[in-house]
Amino acid sequence: MWKNNAITINIYFRGVKALCIFAETFYDLITMENTTFNKPATLEIAKELGLLPEEFEKIKQLLGRTPNFTEISVYSVMWSEHCSYKNSIKWLKTLPRKGPHLLAEAGEENAGLVDVGDNIACAFKIESHNHPSALEPYQGAATGVGGINRDIFTMGARPIAQLNSLRFGNPELERTKWLLKGVVKGIGDYGNAFGVPVVAGEVYFDDCYNTNPLVNAMSVGVVKKGNTISAISYGVGNPVFIVGSSTGKDGIHGATFASEDISESSAEKIPAVQVGDPFQEKLLLEATLEVIKTGAVVGMQDMGAAGITCSTSEMSAKGKHGMIIHLDKVPMRQQNMQPFEILLSESQERMLIVVHKGREEEVFKVFDKWDLNCVQIGEVIEGDILKYFMHGELVAEVPADSLVLGGGAPVYDREYKEPAYYKQTKQFNIDSIQQPKDYKEVAEFILGRHSIASKKWIIEQYDTMVGTKNHATNIPAAAGVVNLKGTDKALAMSVDCNSRYVFADPEIGCAIAVAESARNIVCSGGVPCAVTNCLNFGNPYSPEVYWQFVGAINGMKKACEKFETPVTGGNVSFYNQASMGGVVEPVYPTPTIGMLGVLPYKKFFTGIGFKKPGQHIYMIGQAHNDINCSEYLYAYHKVKLSPPPVFNLDEEYKVQQLITELIQSGVVESCNDVSDGGLFVTLFESGHVNKLGFEISCDDSIRKDAFLYGESQSRVIVSLNSEQEELFVEIMTKSDVDFTYLGEVTEKDIIIDGENFGSIQHFGNIYESVIPKMMGE
Amino acid sequence: MKFGVVVFPGSNCDHDIIYVLKKVLKQEVVVLWHKDTDIQDCDFIFLPGGFSYGDYLRSGAIARFSPIMEKVIDYANKGGYLMGICNGFQILCEAHLLPGALLHNNNHRFICKNSNIVVQTKNTLVTSLCETDKAYKIPIAHGEGRYFADEQTLKKLNDNDQILFRYCNDIGEVTMDSNPNGSLENIAGICNEKRNVFGMMPHPERAADYELFNTDGLVIFESILKQFVTV
Repeated sequence: MWKNNAITINIYFRGVKALCIFAETFYDLITMENTTFNKPATLEIAKELGLLPEEFEKIKQLLGRTPNFTEISVYSVMWSEHCSYKNSIKWLKTLPRKGPHLLAEAGEENAGLVDVGDNIACAFKIESHNHPSALEPYQGAATGVGGINRDIFTMGARPIAQLNSLRFGNPELERTKWLLKGVVKGIGDYGNAFGVPVVAGEVYFDDCYNTNPLVNAMSVGVVKKGNTISAISYGVGNPVFIVGSSTGKDGIHGATFASEDISESSAEKIPAVQVGDPFQEKLLLEATLEVIKTGAVVGMQDMGAAGITCSTSEMSAKGKHGMIIHLDKVPMRQQNMQPFEILLSESQERMLIVVHKGREEEVFKVFDKWDLNCVQIGEVIEGDILKYFMHGELVAEVPADSLVLGGGAPVYDREYKEPAYYKQTKQFNIDSIQQPKDYKEVAEFILGRHSIASKKWIIEQYDTMVGTKNHATNIPAAAGVVNLKGTDKALAMSVDCNSRYVFADPEIGCAIAVAESARNIVCSGGVPCAVTNCLNFGNPYSPEVYWQFVGAINGMKKACEKFETPVTGGNVSFYNQASMGGVVEPVYPTPTIGMLGVLPYKKFFTGIGFKKPGQHIYMIGQAHNDINCSEYLYAYHKVKLSPPPVFNLDEEYKVQQLITELIQSGVVESCNDVSDGGLFVTLFESGHVNKLGFEISCDDSIRKDAFLYGESQSRVIVSLNSEQEELFVEIMTKSDVDFTYLGEVTEKDIIIDGENFGSIQHFGNIYESVIPKMMGE
Repeated sequence: MKFGVVVFPGSNCDHDIIYVLKKVLKQEVVVLWHKDTDIQDCDFIFLPGGFSYGDYLRSGAIARFSPIMEKVIDYANKGGYLMGICNGFQILCEAHLLPGALLHNNNHRFICKNSNIVVQTKNTLVTSLCETDKAYKIPIAHGEGRYFADEQTLKKLNDNDQILFRYCNDIGEVTMDSNPNGSLENIAGICNEKRNVFGMMPHPERAADYELFNTDGLVIFESILKQFVTV
């Protein structure tokens, strides 16, 4: 962690000042008369809302006049990082975005859309809700789940699976426990009531997330090919409806808030956190899917960040039309809301729908059935101007295109610079680490690490089975596998990122994240298909942070090209850094990869668990004399800086191709990849499923600690029955991938090089008790 | 045989039970919308799991007042067969069609996992084909599943053989450790005195599809079918 970053600190100080002025101004504003909002805005106000002086100038140029307060508010949210991707889009565009199965590419719709065959399209996306969760973990996480699911069903797809990737700080801290408890309950309460199962995920703990937890939620939905609906508005005279929940003052300037560092004064921003209602979301889902079937809908977009502003402008810009909106007609749950508040409110569970004129009744009928608001608030007009009225008075008038990404929103080139720590990582030498005397004790230590240990305490709070499609309910697998009922196929999905690797080397680390996601899908019997990403970084104005960002994008690009998994979209979350007492601490760069794969036949579904004693255990891929970046090196030896583990993209690809061949040939009974914690953890996980042990011998050409606890990549552990062995060996020898006979599955004991480490039960107790103990049970 | 599945706003296991009845068991199923007032001559009605009306007040507290429930209660009182699963069980208790109540789990958390239950009586429509010494692996998913009843009610339930299922370990023993939510006497499911209204917290519809590698729940549906086929 580096601490002396002048630029970020300057921004921090500016931020605090801005916050204070903002608070005062805000107070002045709410006591202002309505007409005041129509007065020209000043540079001071623009800056308080997070706009740069040059951005204020650009807005004046675009409008040909000085914007009023309402208009400048609209620009401030639409041009925030959260909505405009102004500091990231240049690099995001370098990612591979084309593929034969893509029905909607990155940026085209609310989520990526992939043709999975059998006339089924799959919509999927991941999004962060880090900043709200840092302040109000329960609502922050809950609305994150709500938001990402809306992105899926606004396209007409029914969500069938959810995943999440969570990162918390030091497990000893009370704050971490509070955050974990709240986030998990928030995800559970929202998702369980909404009725979509959580099928996979990851949870890490590291000091770098003490202040800034990361809450990334992914949703996957399916829709009959061709039955999707677009986020578009056109057809002069077509009515515009707002449906779903009423609009309140929650979440105003949420998007702007998500584009700042977290600081001591962030708690004052709690009104910027939205409140979720999963019951409304469930009704909205059913009503939305039903209204699409009527054929009366031109286009639809959910309201998340920047609320009515964002949905009206993005839909209009895309359809190259304008819109008149009467803000006073919006159903409100609070009195005396000002125009800018209605425009910017991030109240949840709402949609904007443009309807074919004359077919309004069909739409009313559906929303009436589901007892939801459905109110016409405007209509489509010629041109590309958005006109917002309040009680007949024009309060804002802006060109739609000037607000959006790809239109008038600014695009920046940020400078970047290699941070000092990067060279230090390369100085690590394995010879400086003494091999442990007691290997059993190390095994217990690693299984007892919070990031490695069982997440049962968390997972059992999520409904993982609703929908009766989760293949892994009874047979745990390396990825989430979801049945496509009525077809031969299933979907596989995974979220992955070891941010320690990314910190050590952003390019290699991010390529590993992609590779691991693909490996998980391959090990469960799937073929990788496409990627969504959630890029969690610190402040982009810090050249060192931006260097991490650029490196990660480059690594992702290379790996996605290799696995032929185009990036279909996702989310960038900058400003994940704490400014406490003048010290700036960014989180580890965490580009979470969400990958979608397809099992061409369900019969290829493969679990991680050993099935019976006597089965043979093989390692596919090469072990290296490498402990870089491992949990073992980081936590046991407390070496914080080392390069990423050994990784070769071509080697990885070959291993994965081979695993697919082995699974499809039916010669393996289980498949589990070597990742966090190393080989021992992988073997333990495979044994733990059915409470079986294993007896193996180590490779004496490399250090035993590297063999058991090193995290060199591109390795998979398979088990097989003796009758499968002949064909297995035949396939393996034909390939040029290394494979090693490790040993066999035992009744219960874990035996390594003749030494009995203890029973699987013994290690299982350690593994299962860590998180409950942390949470005081 | 004709099944009815009541759908409240917020029901979310309706699709799952319909799938089992229609696709796995090839039976006729009609959806009974909460605003409907006609139960369409169903032979057997299910109240599915979920969060009816959001369940913000108390699980099932609002659903019992819905228009369809008025008809369902009438149907049950006339001897019609009715089963509530999870939220459906909670609604039946709120509607006083079944005795007792379902309180917050004793750990105050939502719990979703495979649980084992052992059948206590074969003398009901829904358990006639079950074995009584076997642990059935049936998942639970609830925040309010702790069965509670006063002493007198509990005694009556036991005396009248109204307890359908108890939580048990994987060899069918009813133990403290195998009680996932603190239910009195490990109770996982009961029926009424007239033996036509059934309620259970575990989800048999989640264990009734060969593609998911667990079909322990099928026997409950098969028991129902068998009775109707032989009648």
